Amino acid sequence: MITLGHYLIVSGLLFTIGFAGVLLRRNIIIIFMSLELMLNAANLSLVAFSRFRVDAAGLPNYNGQVFVFFIITVAAAEVAVGLAIIVALYRARQTTHVEDVNSLKF
Amino acid sequence: MPAFLFWIFALVMLVFGAAVVINRNPIASALSLVVCFMGLSALFMSLDAFFIGIIQVLVYAGAVMVLFLFIIMLLDLRLEERRKINLVAFFGGLAVALAFFVQVYFVVSEFAAAKQPFPPLAAAKTDDVHNIGLLLFTNYNLPFQIIGVLVLVATIGVIVLSKRELR
Repeated sequence: MITLGHYLIVSGLLFTIGFAGVLLRRNIIIIFMSLELMLNAANLSLVAFSRFRVDAAGLPNYNGQVFVFFIITVAAAEVAVGLAIIVALYRARQTTHVEDVNSLKF
Repeated sequence: MPAFLFWIFALVMLVFGAAVVINRNPIASALSLVVCFMGLSALFMSLDAFFIGIIQVLVYAGAVMVLFLFIIMLLDLRLEERRKINLVAFFGGLAVALAFFVQVYFVVSEFAAAKQPFPPLAAAKTDDVHNIGLLLFTNYNLPFQIIGVLVLVATIGVIVLSKRELR
């Protein structure tokens, strides 16, 4: 029997993978992909809670799904801006390695 | 949805999610991320959230990953050269991530509602595009407009950032 807890644990594991990616990897594009993993882990638990809260009419609580819709939109905008920043960084420094860009001013 | 499908898709999602972090080649990471999002979309559909599942495939596997691959190929990133890793930072980061998961595990195991199965829905197929759309244009109309402005700002910002010389 699959319960709410299974989905929450899977979501927590996906978030942990993304978190470990942000902390351990040094390639800025991989760090960016790991951020996407963390956002999607949050989406999974939101949808699981939405399905868990069934109202009197027998429908899931759609507020959670609307929230996921907003998160996906903001994440798409964030990816576009972030990748533009990465391209600008690469033009200036010819690197995507975070340890090569550890000074505030150059 | 049968339980074994949940396990298969959760496993696919987690294995390819780990592959994103472990792979040394950025293109292999990006393609693993596509498979990971496909598994996630299947999990959304197992929760009867068909609209969100479709949006996940369209936006992430369609648009976002094409953008990632495009940037990786534009910058012509190859296998990154091996650098001396800082062992303290490596194991510190691993310990923080594991501590986070242990905390999530204990919170979920203390949470009484997490042990109950999902209550049944009224109909086998819910009209969730209709219901989400209705909610989006009534209760969440102001956030929806703000998101529209945000996307416009992001578009203009990206164009400004991509210009050759910044002033």
